[in-house]
Amino acid sequence: MESVARSQSATGPDAPVSSDSTLIYRQSRWTRLTHWIWAISLFFMLLSGLQIFNARPQLYIGKQSGFGYNNTIFEIGAENTSAGPRGYTEIFGHRFDTTGVLGWSGPPGNETARGFPSWATIPSYYDLGTARVVHFFFAWILTTTLIVWLVASLVNGHIRRDLAPRLDDLKRLPRDIVDHAKLKFHHTREYNTLQKMAYGGVLFVLLPLMIITGLAMSPSMNSVLPFLNEVLGGRQTARTIHFTAMLLLVGFFIIHILMILAAGPINELRSIITGWYRTDPPAHDDKTTERSA
Amino acid sequence: MAKFQISPNFQISRRKFLTAASLGASGIMLSGCDAFDSQLSIGSGLRSFLENSNGLTYRAQRLLAGRDKLAPEFTEADIRQPQRPNGVTAPDDDTYKGLLSNNFADWRLEVSGLVEKPLSLSREQVQNMPSRTQITRHDCVEGWSCIAKWTGTPLSLVLDQAVVKPQARYVMFHCLDTIDRSLSGDIKYYGTIDLIDARHPQTILAYGLNGKPLPVENGAPLRVRVERQLGYKMPKYLYKIELVDGFANVGGGRGGYWEDNGYDWYGGI
Repeated sequence: MESVARSQSATGPDAPVSSDSTLIYRQSRWTRLTHWIWAISLFFMLLSGLQIFNARPQLYIGKQSGFGYNNTIFEIGAENTSAGPRGYTEIFGHRFDTTGVLGWSGPPGNETARGFPSWATIPSYYDLGTARVVHFFFAWILTTTLIVWLVASLVNGHIRRDLAPRLDDLKRLPRDIVDHAKLKFHHTREYNTLQKMAYGGVLFVLLPLMIITGLAMSPSMNSVLPFLNEVLGGRQTARTIHFTAMLLLVGFFIIHILMILAAGPINELRSIITGWYRTDPPAHDDKTTERSA
Repeated sequence: MAKFQISPNFQISRRKFLTAASLGASGIMLSGCDAFDSQLSIGSGLRSFLENSNGLTYRAQRLLAGRDKLAPEFTEADIRQPQRPNGVTAPDDDTYKGLLSNNFADWRLEVSGLVEKPLSLSREQVQNMPSRTQITRHDCVEGWSCIAKWTGTPLSLVLDQAVVKPQARYVMFHCLDTIDRSLSGDIKYYGTIDLIDARHPQTILAYGLNGKPLPVENGAPLRVRVERQLGYKMPKYLYKIELVDGFANVGGGRGGYWEDNGYDWYGGI
């Protein structure tokens, strides 16, 4: 099967420029296909999710939202000041002026009170019902894709071979952190420790957590899985975790893009589109030889 | 920047790529997500396609939650605040204000449509039926939750008394409050649930809240509780229950006021 890594000699139009670097088949079609379906799904889920959040731009801890008491830990709002309306964001009681982006935004002269700005939401105008249609449609796509990926990656060995942590990963970690900090990348078939942590964190922690906290917010699913909210700390805590996991996914996305740009976007993109990846020439120091399995 | 072990040739394409990527990204961000707006209004092609998943979501919930799985119930200690009112909280309708001024002595609950025995029940008659009290969490579609104790008559008892005809599929709730105004006149709140939810043990016609009579802002004299769905499926200021076989004569045809404005008919998520 294609999951078996193949090496290709340096000939033909796709041949490496450097005579001793090698094109290898790195990403199976399952990995590539699911990657792009997730990319599209997460784009729509993020922007429709921010629209849904705008309907109630507050986050609470516990079973319910505090109206007669205070359990709000995060809030985006607008207020009238002597200098006109201002947008603010309040995190654990600390208030920041976020006029123009969070709380109060829009074209000059036409600003409105809204949590996230219109460029960050689908639809651009306030429409909770439509955002929910978009959000739940892509929730199905995302979840189905995650299950397909999990099965395919167990069968083709992607998880065992590329993602499963090994003792060696721990030893490499300090060196990996230093290398990433210096933007020094090794192009090898296998993922480095930080990559394993990032991809594994998204696929095995953040996305499942998103699905679980999403289900925990559903009143009908609460009748099926009543223990979910008990484990998570209540429906409003589940909603807060859902939002926090979103922030972590956005953080992952930004770092992911920056790393791709820094590590060589053409090579990285080719591997996630065609599967073929150009590895570094055989190393001149022992460390890299060890890495290029 | 990083040290790239790549050829000069490659660097040009990388620069091109970076330019294209940043242009593309900023294009998406600047134009906003109004790119999809026109495709997402009710009735448009993309919207209708995406709405197919609502049916899937509904069937999945029905499959898993079945007929009788109960919504979680809470304890007195979880009642920490008054029930937050939402939507219309003080109906401005003359009919309602007239009924209110007389403490709902002239109010009747009509049960009509596809039933064998249409009913007209006074407040006392409704309250003299067997009651159910439950401490549940009200989840608004906007995202907030509030726990309160509700007392009311199980809707299934009222339906049994009226004897539902076999062709009936939905219970339609008619309300006294004007939620919207249109060219053809005031729109009073309306909504539907199916007979599975109508006969669910926790589906009650509530007249009591936290041990007191239901206040006006929460829907006096009678409101619906459908505990496995969101708040917009629980109409307030109820005066008529009509058994129907479809949505053809229900507002805009999508099964409820908010449904006609784009919400999913099944508010279980």
